[in-house]
Amino acid sequence: MDFALNDQQQDIVRAIESVCAPFDDAYWLERDREGGFPEAFVQAVADGGWLGIAMPESVGGAGLGITEAALMMHTIAKSGGGFSAASAVHMNIFGLKPIMVHGTEEQQQRMLVPVLKGEERACFAVTEPDAGLNTTALQTRADRTNDGYVINGKKVWTSTAQIADKMLILVRTTPREECERPADGMSLFYTKLDRDRVDVREIEKMGRKAVDSNEMFIDNLEVPYEDLIGEEGKGFKYIFDGFNPERILIAAECIGLGQLALSKAANYAGERVVFDRPIGQNQAIQHPLAQDWMALESAFLLVMKAAWLYDTGQSCAAEANAAKYMAAEAAYKACQNAVMTHGGFGYAKEFHVERYLRESLIGRIAPISAQLIQNFIAERVLGLPKSY
Amino acid sequence: MKILVPVKRVIDYNVKARVKADNTGIDLANVKMSMNPFDEIAVEEALQKKESGEAEEVIAVSIGPSQCQETLRTALAMGADRAILIEEDSDVEPLVVAKLLKAVVDEEQPGLVILGKQAIDDDSNQTGQMLAALLGWPQGTFASEVKLAGDKVEVTREVDGGLETVALNLPAIVTTDLRLNEPRYATLPNIMKAKKKPLDTKTVGDYGVDVTPRLTTLYVAEPAKREAGIIVESVEELVQKLKDEAGVI
Repeated sequence: MDFALNDQQQDIVRAIESVCAPFDDAYWLERDREGGFPEAFVQAVADGGWLGIAMPESVGGAGLGITEAALMMHTIAKSGGGFSAASAVHMNIFGLKPIMVHGTEEQQQRMLVPVLKGEERACFAVTEPDAGLNTTALQTRADRTNDGYVINGKKVWTSTAQIADKMLILVRTTPREECERPADGMSLFYTKLDRDRVDVREIEKMGRKAVDSNEMFIDNLEVPYEDLIGEEGKGFKYIFDGFNPERILIAAECIGLGQLALSKAANYAGERVVFDRPIGQNQAIQHPLAQDWMALESAFLLVMKAAWLYDTGQSCAAEANAAKYMAAEAAYKACQNAVMTHGGFGYAKEFHVERYLRESLIGRIAPISAQLIQNFIAERVLGLPKSY
Repeated sequence: MKILVPVKRVIDYNVKARVKADNTGIDLANVKMSMNPFDEIAVEEALQKKESGEAEEVIAVSIGPSQCQETLRTALAMGADRAILIEEDSDVEPLVVAKLLKAVVDEEQPGLVILGKQAIDDDSNQTGQMLAALLGWPQGTFASEVKLAGDKVEVTREVDGGLETVALNLPAIVTTDLRLNEPRYATLPNIMKAKKKPLDTKTVGDYGVDVTPRLTTLYVAEPAKREAGIIVESVEELVQKLKDEAGVI
């Protein structure tokens, strides 16, 4: 068993640190205050060829694994950017994997190459207001026409749809009642986000103002047949394959955010003098921070284990889910303790930690809730009966 | 023409250096280390000369512990063609470094050696000059512009009075100043390519150079903490304080 990063992984971490370094605390504070997509940051990441880290060389990627992608996303979040930075590139790293696995050669070249170059941006339209985590209940549908399909329906929590050119969208092509299993009858399209047919409305949120989340109302969006990914009716399975890697990446991002908050807290605790001594000399300040370090390190080990399982072709669902759960909880606690360590200044925006705390809730909620992860572990790992 | 670029692994410029508790040096345990920023500028300049067709090969060389491989891999990922590590665990002084570099130059026969003007850890600012002296080559230090012209190199130097341009016969030594260029980042495709580039490991013994230090470090301390300023009431008081407390007049 070897816990050390290999040479290439170390190089990746160091190089990403360099890419992120010019985007300092002040940059992310301003993005959070004023909103606006972090274009300059994402372009710097794209220019370095980083968006293709987990994509094959045939489309301009590096052909590396989820382990390397997780290290990259961890480093981005930890650099000071938190989820504002991570979410701005996240979708491009693994979201388009279904095209890579199930798309034709022509589709891969047409769809993936411009995204990896940073010339086109994509968003991911799966969640619906009336379906939530019960994905098979989604109602947006695509009906066959002479030369393709026409899509109608609504989506919610579609991130980056304000700036996206294309969307990967999951829709019903056969009504649920007519399918053998609820997971059948859904299809995946990667198509132009035509704003004449799709009304995109931004949702005001608690945090991560820089990266928009949206409701989308789709009215007679015509989609050519060439934009169907893989076979009709198998879209859910294609998306499902991407769930575990996505959880691993989100978990890595949570760890980065938590460690960022912890380092701010430890610095402040060491420097802030009250009653003639640094507050960090008091165990009441030290111990919560020490607990955060331990929790974050342990969760990171689980993240790396899940990534290793995935990259070596083994089943990783339990570990990926558990890593997401543990990382999100550890990050939330670390962010909360960072605010409390800063006292009144922790509540001030210019000390950054309140921003991290608001962002840390994202990891606890998305892409799957803590409750459903616990259900999954209870049923699939412990063999207990399904509760819902 | 080959260009040789020596690179040094130093404490990262963003890290706040801390003195060891026993005052023998800087604590480097678990501290982020990076390529000396002036050396990054040197690598960039060499790569630009290669990209413009003025040079054929860029060779990076580093002297130090095995971890210097990381620094060399960064140079390779930026675009250098190959790398040489001269492994040595003890601290090497500028004269030792210059002697080792001379041995490498004798072997590789580069037309130009581009070095950082100084390393940000010890700020010696000696290696380039010593290497020029050992080789008997002309030197253009503190370069803010480097132009190759036939068998000469024109180096614009940042000196106290302004800018001075000197023409040197090749082969020559150039040391870089901050404004020479903006070094590129290692991109992912180049990190992948760098894996296949050769990185030779040598020892000091291969070059027969004596590494025994000439200097002994007696004591390392943090700079005195800056005291807060005061506002004086009158010119008389100011003069008084400059005389009695500051002792400057």
